[in-house]
Amino acid sequence: MGKTLFEKIWNEHIIYEHDDGEVLLYIDRHLIHDLHYRSFASLKSQGIPIKEPGKLFGVPDHSVPTTVKNLKDIPKGEMREAIEGLQRSAKDFGYVHFPITDKRHGIVHVVGPEQGITLPGITLVCGDSHTSTHGALGCLSFGIGATEVEHVLATQTLWQRRPQMMRITITGQLALGVSAKDLILTIIKEISAAGGAGYAIEYAGSAIDKMSVEGRMTLCNMTIEAGSRSGIIAPDDTTISYCKDLPYAPKGPLWDEAESFWRTLRSDKDAYFDKELTIDGSAVIPMVTWGNSPQWALPISGSIPHPSLENDPMLRAEMEASLDYMDLKPGTSLSAIPIDTVFIGACTNSRIEDMRAAAEVIKGKKAKVRTLVVPGSGLVKVQAEMEGLDKIFTDAGMEWREPGCSMCIALNGDMLKPGQRAASTSNRNFQGRQGLGSRTHLVSPAMAAAASIAGHFIDVRNLYKEL
Amino acid sequence: MPNIVPFKTFSSIAVPIDIPNCDTDQIIPGRFLRKPNNDPNYHLYLFHDLRFNSDGSEKEFSFNLKQFKNGKIFVSDINWGCGSSRENAVIALKANGIKSVIAPSFGDIHYNNCIKNGLLPIQLSESECSLLRRQLHQNSDSEVTIDLGTQSVTGPDSTIYNFKINSFDKLRLIRGLDDISLTMEYEEKIQEFMIDYRKKHGWAL
Ligand code: SF4
Repeated sequence: MGKTLFEKIWNEHIIYEHDDGEVLLYIDRHLIHDLHYRSFASLKSQGIPIKEPGKLFGVPDHSVPTTVKNLKDIPKGEMREAIEGLQRSAKDFGYVHFPITDKRHGIVHVVGPEQGITLPGITLVCGDSHTSTHGALGCLSFGIGATEVEHVLATQTLWQRRPQMMRITITGQLALGVSAKDLILTIIKEISAAGGAGYAIEYAGSAIDKMSVEGRMTLCNMTIEAGSRSGIIAPDDTTISYCKDLPYAPKGPLWDEAESFWRTLRSDKDAYFDKELTIDGSAVIPMVTWGNSPQWALPISGSIPHPSLENDPMLRAEMEASLDYMDLKPGTSLSAIPIDTVFIGACTNSRIEDMRAAAEVIKGKKAKVRTLVVPGSGLVKVQAEMEGLDKIFTDAGMEWREPGCSMCIALNGDMLKPGQRAASTSNRNFQGRQGLGSRTHLVSPAMAAAASIAGHFIDVRNLYKEL
Repeated sequence: MPNIVPFKTFSSIAVPIDIPNCDTDQIIPGRFLRKPNNDPNYHLYLFHDLRFNSDGSEKEFSFNLKQFKNGKIFVSDINWGCGSSRENAVIALKANGIKSVIAPSFGDIHYNNCIKNGLLPIQLSESECSLLRRQLHQNSDSEVTIDLGTQSVTGPDSTIYNFKINSFDKLRLIRGLDDISLTMEYEEKIQEFMIDYRKKHGWAL
């Protein structure tokens, strides 16, 4: 029987396989961010060195302020300690680190692919659930916990069990004003926030073939919100030209070797998937979430559902709890929900394409509510400024910030006040995610920009008609 | 490195947690993620925003109730521990002495984090979990017994439920093994693998 794309990469990395299927996997790349800075002290105290420092790359992102670019401007405290701690460990252990003063600095999941640290065919891990992002380039990537981080540092390997295989085929093509974010919210709504648990999800089909690497990253990023640790997309010409000449990508004959291997990385025709699903990409329309799990998403044309119409008592209770927390009434149309804040950023949607999509909608208009635009990396920032996008944002009255996780997780001072409501391009609408008592609605960058102009949600496709 | 105690059969009050899709942001809010694992207040971070008002007074929440406060087992709903990979969620559970969480399904990363810290995640069916939670609410001084050896849970009404667990995970828990020393025993195999890998995938080095 044939093999799936995932299995092909998995098999190349098996060091040892136990009888019960537990596998010792070799890890090619390990990314680390500031929330794991204590791992190094822990290893040191056990007298364990880092096995292959050349495969470790550090970027502080969760704790970094988006208003200053210098360590000394950050007040002493937990934030600064985490950033400094990581920086110090890079010196101590001799691995590559992108400090906040470096123009390549940014969110770990934006920097990895940008630098060619992420490559097709490799295994890549990071102590962060959104490591699923990197699968967009055709590698096997997944988030791990702190103990596993230490294990990879010490051994460059991980004990894992092969997940089951799921393939989601997206036919047709996404319409104007509809993005990868709307597609993944549609998928999560369809299969639920637990639907992907235990699976690795391969995305395929004509809508994926036509999608940019950026869009594919948005899709794979939120695969974890469907419960699956890994999203993966077969590398194709789009992927290969994206990787070519990146700083850490192979060069010369090694590139040729790599490319010919990457070209073999697609699921065989007779590969077995434990679950298959097809979605009509042409039918996807802009989405907005209304509850405290990404599965509670609806097309912008929809209204807040009535929990009383839900037959399953557990689902009904969950919906009621969400509506209570979000302060929403059943029957309210999504476009009637007013917002206080817009956040455009996070590893889901902070790449150049996202900045362009937001700027296109905002151009020549004014933001009605506080809007933060936070590029995913220094390189995205530079590129956006070269294209004059920063000017479009600031002319509209928006704040153009330094790169970092920012209001996605509210660990750097950027946050909502209790009860405030945001249209956000991040990936989680959990209770308190953007600050204690915060209310988050997940949307695409174009939808976030449109909401900023209107002060409430609107169907961005109507604005395109005016453009 | 986690502090792992070998897992033994035990009985305890079990606490019903009626939250489907309970994400790790709820188990421990983000703002506590930079606290050291030995922070003496760590036990308070567990479910902090669901358990406490901003003035520190207690909210209505099962784990705050007198009859559940000493519980060492949680019985929850689908997709327990979904979302963030933060192992801090397990540290917060352990800081409260929680030894096992019973749920119909788990977030994949959180499940691994539990195992690596000697906390037993037990998967029972959705109807079994909801029955258990109902019984716990109704009959709150009742105990649940967990036997990892026989892979069984004994409910408050003495019903026995069997659960599945991967044999390697079971061994880890029973022996209290830590993975790094385990893997070091495979050093020879790793070296052999590397010789081959370097030849085949020089581009990836
Ligand atoms: S941007 Fe948000 S989701 Fe992404 S790594 Fe940072 S905190 Fe996590």
